[in-house]
Amino acid sequence: MSTILIIEQILNGLQFGVMLFLMAAGLTLIFGVMGLINLAHGSLYMIGAFAAATVAGLTGSFVLALMAAMMAAAIAGVLIEVLVIRRLYATDHLDQVLATFALILIFSEGTRWVFGSFPLFLNIPDYFSGPVTLPGGIEYPLYRLVLICVGLLVAGALGLLITRTRIGIQIRAGKDDHEMIAALGVDISKLYTVIFALGAALAGLAGALVGAIQSVQVGMGEPVLILAFVVIVIGGIGSIKGALIGALLVGLTDTLGGVFLPELFKLFMEPSAAQASGSALSSMAIYILMGVVLVWRPAGLFGARK
Amino acid sequence: MIRESNLNALVLILLLAVPLWAVFNDEPFTITLATRAVIFALAAVGLNIALGLGGLVSFGHAVFFGIGGYAMGIFAHHAQTYTPVMEVPFLIEGTKSMPVIWLVAMVTSGFAALLIGLLSLRTAGVYFIMITLAFGQMLYYFSISWATYGGEDGLSIYVRNEFPGVNTLVPINFFAICFVILCLVVLLNALLAKSPFGLALNAARQTPQRVQTFGLDPTRLKLLAFIISGVVTGLAGALFADLNRFVSPTMFSWQMSGEIMIFIILGGVARLCGPIVGAVTFVMLEHFLGGLSDYWHIYLGALLLIVVLFARGGLVGLISGREIAHD
Repeated sequence: MSTILIIEQILNGLQFGVMLFLMAAGLTLIFGVMGLINLAHGSLYMIGAFAAATVAGLTGSFVLALMAAMMAAAIAGVLIEVLVIRRLYATDHLDQVLATFALILIFSEGTRWVFGSFPLFLNIPDYFSGPVTLPGGIEYPLYRLVLICVGLLVAGALGLLITRTRIGIQIRAGKDDHEMIAALGVDISKLYTVIFALGAALAGLAGALVGAIQSVQVGMGEPVLILAFVVIVIGGIGSIKGALIGALLVGLTDTLGGVFLPELFKLFMEPSAAQASGSALSSMAIYILMGVVLVWRPAGLFGARK
Repeated sequence: MIRESNLNALVLILLLAVPLWAVFNDEPFTITLATRAVIFALAAVGLNIALGLGGLVSFGHAVFFGIGGYAMGIFAHHAQTYTPVMEVPFLIEGTKSMPVIWLVAMVTSGFAALLIGLLSLRTAGVYFIMITLAFGQMLYYFSISWATYGGEDGLSIYVRNEFPGVNTLVPINFFAICFVILCLVVLLNALLAKSPFGLALNAARQTPQRVQTFGLDPTRLKLLAFIISGVVTGLAGALFADLNRFVSPTMFSWQMSGEIMIFIILGGVARLCGPIVGAVTFVMLEHFLGGLSDYWHIYLGALLLIVVLFARGGLVGLISGREIAHD
């Protein structure tokens, strides 16, 4: 267990965390402002990845692929918002869960129908591939560093958007009292569509970025979706800051737990038993984290307490 | 419009008639399908006690379904390998007897529901949905990494478990066992809804403050409902494992929780027979649409959307109109 390994794993955890943040940011806005549980957010992630893989295959350009991913996810987001989701704002969570679950079925099977069951591949562009040497002689894949930077940049930009711009003011106001801002002359239904498109585009971007290090396949969105829910619940629903902190916590817990818990258990157990129980515990670690946070603070770390 | 009580009777009669017809026409697969529907219905009736009566939207009922399944899997596995389940602190032998396995399934899922409920009921609304989901995922990953009992591959049981005096290997007999249990639980559900506890629970869902001023603790009422609900779904899990003679981590998956919830919403929340109608419809759709197209999930999704958007109150609500006040 060397320092280099520890730093590498921390970077891996960060990279995982910021990608979760891209997913969680949209979810937490959609939930915070519209009060909607959107299970189909994982499908938007998948759509982004498939769009990126297709465009990269056609044009060979990674930048175009990323733009296509965001566009495709945003368009799909606007479509489902206008056709389905809009009718669900006034209903209870149960109906929202069922309707967006239905959307997952439609999107997943639709994608399987169009692209087949085999995974697609999206290559890391040449200028981002290969390792870089960090100070201290650590070799680390450049692309993962790029992911961390992109994630942090998006987080910063989103923070500015929320706190400094007119639309950000409207989003925050919508979160607190949507009737009041409608009375003040803001077109609330347009605002909702814009937020939905923004969240969808971020999910699509995450899908495309992660798609280059994993395979692009049907059903890739749901595991990430569940983790993103864990993130926003830990962070407190509706809070971008909470989503960022929650995402980093979840990313680091998951990555470090998987590596270090088995090692930790080896201190007082036989190696094979330690490996088994360590990895069992580490796969549950983030859910335990979430349970602890909710029991300690039932509305998450940065959630509004009523 | 058919009155709901008549509809309930009709549903149960139909559910009994189809497999009986299948016996005379020698169609064992239809009986298996009907048994599957009955077991799913039982799981959903269980969730409906928490969800319909108590207003507790649990997205983690696969926990109890899975616990029931693994209770059956573990005991039968030890019985077929002639090894004890545990030796310290006291000896527990494996068993192939259904009633014993059911008891174990019900006690363990009840205990799990107590623990999960105690923690989860501190939260409400969407946080409750998410924390129950988290517990489901916790057990899902635990079962995957539990190598002693098959890990990701699950456990296969060679021969169906035994019930005293009944040959369970005959499909219709096993169906009969499941059907009787379902009827008993539906009866229990009906009695529960009318009992002082059910009325208090109903009130606790609508206006917890008022219940509190009457000196009742809404959280305790909900906890009790959650436990009863978990016990019933756990029993369904044990039967489901026996039907397939197989348990695997998928019984714990969040899709399973989602499906149990779908049965209820499809049929009608808080309706006595809503979960049954939902489960039967789902199994039928799965069978017929699955035969039509490989991509039948698209049609299922579209149908669910239509039900949510246009048929509030589910199928039962569509047929017999709104009569139960449900918020």
